[in-house]
Amino acid sequence: MSESTATHGRTSPSPATVAQYTQGQVAAQVTGAKSLILSLEAVGCEHVFGIPGGAILPAYDPLMDSTKVRHILCRHEQGAGHAAEGYAAATGRVGVCMATSGPGATNLVTAIADAHMDSVPIVAITGQVNSASIGSDAFQEADIRGITMPITKHNYLVTDAAEIPRVIAEAFHIASTGRPGPVLVDISKDALQATTTFAWPPRIDLPGYRPVTKPHQKQIREAARLITAAERPVLYVGGGVIRAGAAQELRRFAELCNIPVVTTLMARGAFPDSHALHLGMPGMHGSVAAVTALQRSDLLITIGARFDDRVTGQLSSFAPHAKVIHADIDPAEIGKNRIADVPIVGDAKGILADLIETVTAEHEAGAVGDHTSWVAATTQMRETYPVGYTPHAEQTGLMPQYVLERLSAIAGPEATYVAGVGQHQMWAAQFIDYERPNQWLNSGGAGTMGYAVPAAMGAKVAEPERTVWAIDGDGCFQMTNQELATCVINDIPIKVAIINNSTLGMVRQWQTLFYNERYSNTDLHTSAGGSRVPDFVKLADAYGCLGLRCERPEDVDAVIAQAMATNDRPVVIDFVVERDAMVWPMVPAGVSNDDIQIAKDTAPQWDREESEAVEQDTDADHDGE
Amino acid sequence: MTDVHTLSVLVENKPGVLARISALFSRRGFNITSLAVGETEHPEISRMTVVVGAADFPLEQVTKQLNKLVEVLKVVELDPLHSVRRQIVLVKVKADQATRGQVLEVVQLFDAKVVDVATDALVIEATGDSSKMEAMLELLEPHGIRELVQSGVVALGRGSRSLTDRALRSA
Ligand SMILES: Cc1ncc(C[n+]2csc(CCOP(=O)(O)OP(=O)(O)O)c2C)c(N)n1
Repeated sequence: MSESTATHGRTSPSPATVAQYTQGQVAAQVTGAKSLILSLEAVGCEHVFGIPGGAILPAYDPLMDSTKVRHILCRHEQGAGHAAEGYAAATGRVGVCMATSGPGATNLVTAIADAHMDSVPIVAITGQVNSASIGSDAFQEADIRGITMPITKHNYLVTDAAEIPRVIAEAFHIASTGRPGPVLVDISKDALQATTTFAWPPRIDLPGYRPVTKPHQKQIREAARLITAAERPVLYVGGGVIRAGAAQELRRFAELCNIPVVTTLMARGAFPDSHALHLGMPGMHGSVAAVTALQRSDLLITIGARFDDRVTGQLSSFAPHAKVIHADIDPAEIGKNRIADVPIVGDAKGILADLIETVTAEHEAGAVGDHTSWVAATTQMRETYPVGYTPHAEQTGLMPQYVLERLSAIAGPEATYVAGVGQHQMWAAQFIDYERPNQWLNSGGAGTMGYAVPAAMGAKVAEPERTVWAIDGDGCFQMTNQELATCVINDIPIKVAIINNSTLGMVRQWQTLFYNERYSNTDLHTSAGGSRVPDFVKLADAYGCLGLRCERPEDVDAVIAQAMATNDRPVVIDFVVERDAMVWPMVPAGVSNDDIQIAKDTAPQWDREESEAVEQDTDADHDGE
Repeated sequence: MTDVHTLSVLVENKPGVLARISALFSRRGFNITSLAVGETEHPEISRMTVVVGAADFPLEQVTKQLNKLVEVLKVVELDPLHSVRRQIVLVKVKADQATRGQVLEVVQLFDAKVVDVATDALVIEATGDSSKMEAMLELLEPHGIRELVQSGVVALGRGSRSLTDRALRSA
């Protein structure tokens, strides 16, 4: 028993004991707060990231006694939310964050919105003012259920302690099944304090929630038919493949049918970068091969992707010759932006397994699609236009791309890489080699600056044996770096590579390209001209991390090696890089993907005969030949 | 093509559901023309009738988004030819001795009722589909409409099939 002097908790059995005890349907008299902790234990929650406060305080008392649930005290609720996301994205397990009412809850909002955009299974638990005061503008009252309605998969307001076990069970179920996403559970303080009975398992009552996971076989057969008939198919793979744990099936399918693969920003790692069929990332900063292959394709096999505007560019000219097979767990994504010729609703893993079976049967029956010349053409595109960079004559300092190349080479594919948002994120997506799912975590849909450090912390808690690198910008890092305190105190030794260009680089890049080099409010003074506000090495040091600085290419390997060798505390490396390096290739927003540029005002030069050959092919399509 | 669509949405009768659904419409850029909610023959289920002006394609998107809401049990678009649609209108019209006769004629014509009489005004209650209500109001307009209140449209499919039964069976 704990030394807690609170009235409840002293004489009752520990949460873990009660949970075991109640598996056999024996009900126990407990407080709502204890019922909450017992419920968390019973659903298998092992870690909670949060910050206490008035309304949630009752829950923190029995939490102290739990031997199964470890609470990690964060420094900002946004950090707690992103940590829950990182925890979930690294493993597929539900991440949990907790906050008090009012400002505690609203500080979670950004992370919840982020999880909603990127389909991350998290459960956010918030305290609410006493039910009798709800609606009276009581101290620290915020209608967090109303606020989070459009950014959660579902949310609850609980004012009756008896509902707590059922709601927690439902929240975890909803968050982790179908298309994953965030669920918020707001519990009033009086419900936490009331006496109730705890029994497990509760009856889950969700008549309106029936995600379709099994694909329709007719659609699978139709898809297989199109795949066999296609001449220039491309597998357009999104984050859904990672969430569904379908990477193995994807690989088998791509190899079986000999089809080139592109992986979106959310899907980096769903298919090995080293694989001969991989063309890289499509979209605004995608590889020439990936973008061009989609534009020239006659069949998109879209799995767990959603035709996001950052991928399609100008929608009307995206992959203009392609028929579309669109497989997704969420029927609302199918046909939302691009009409699907063959819609398939279901779980990506099952869909790919079924496609493998159906195509194999077709192969046995002698119907084998021949994509050899197309694969050769796309391979040539990749070899002609690899993702690379050439420093300008005046760029004599450290190139950011070089840092990421070296980091990839030294830390390897078993490490997890977690990025912030901006140029460094794009370079990390381009220059690190991804070989396994969940090797790459980032904020794709929302583009939330400040994601990296706390999400890396969550990923490290989920998989302590792995090396976890946060790759952050000097701007992003300043939004959430206080979680380094959480990391130091709780022995969560993440590593942070700050790609310090002394500016809000991605915004500066747009100012360079589209605003006549007028740099309005993008200078951060974090390295340029010797001004270091703050000095990241001193900051790291102040937190008790190892702080290192690297300013020359010849020092990069040694500093990364030193970071790799340091595991007793977090490491922060301040990589001072060229501020005018830009992310290429680029398709400007709203422009056709046909107009991809590989450098400022430079389009890829296609061999004349080669382009004509493709054009003839596509004309033939229109003639119905 | 923009058109008027009538959706019947069966939802769990729980607090907050109405807010969730109306928020979804506004977030996806739909203007709700009319909305009515009430309990069904099963008290745990409410039925919402939502009339929206929308092109076919975005309507499909909003239907899919509605179906994703955990508390939504069923969404059906009612075919105007195979459904009955009614709304109730209460309207206060200027009517003195000189004009009362003409106003009462309109009341009769539209099968409406006078539910309150004052020396210079009448309160009229009328039910019908939206076009009938519009036609009646047009005829009353010249007399001077002092106050107008309209309910949302409620609608039911014709024939013996029951939407609630179907929703309960598939649940
Ligand atoms: C919370 C938030 N605020 C603003 C933005 C807009 N934004 C996108 S990238 C960027 C610059 C990021 O700067 P930095 O972290 O230094 O990364 P860099 O682009 O220099 O690599 C900004 C301000 C955003 N994505 N998120």
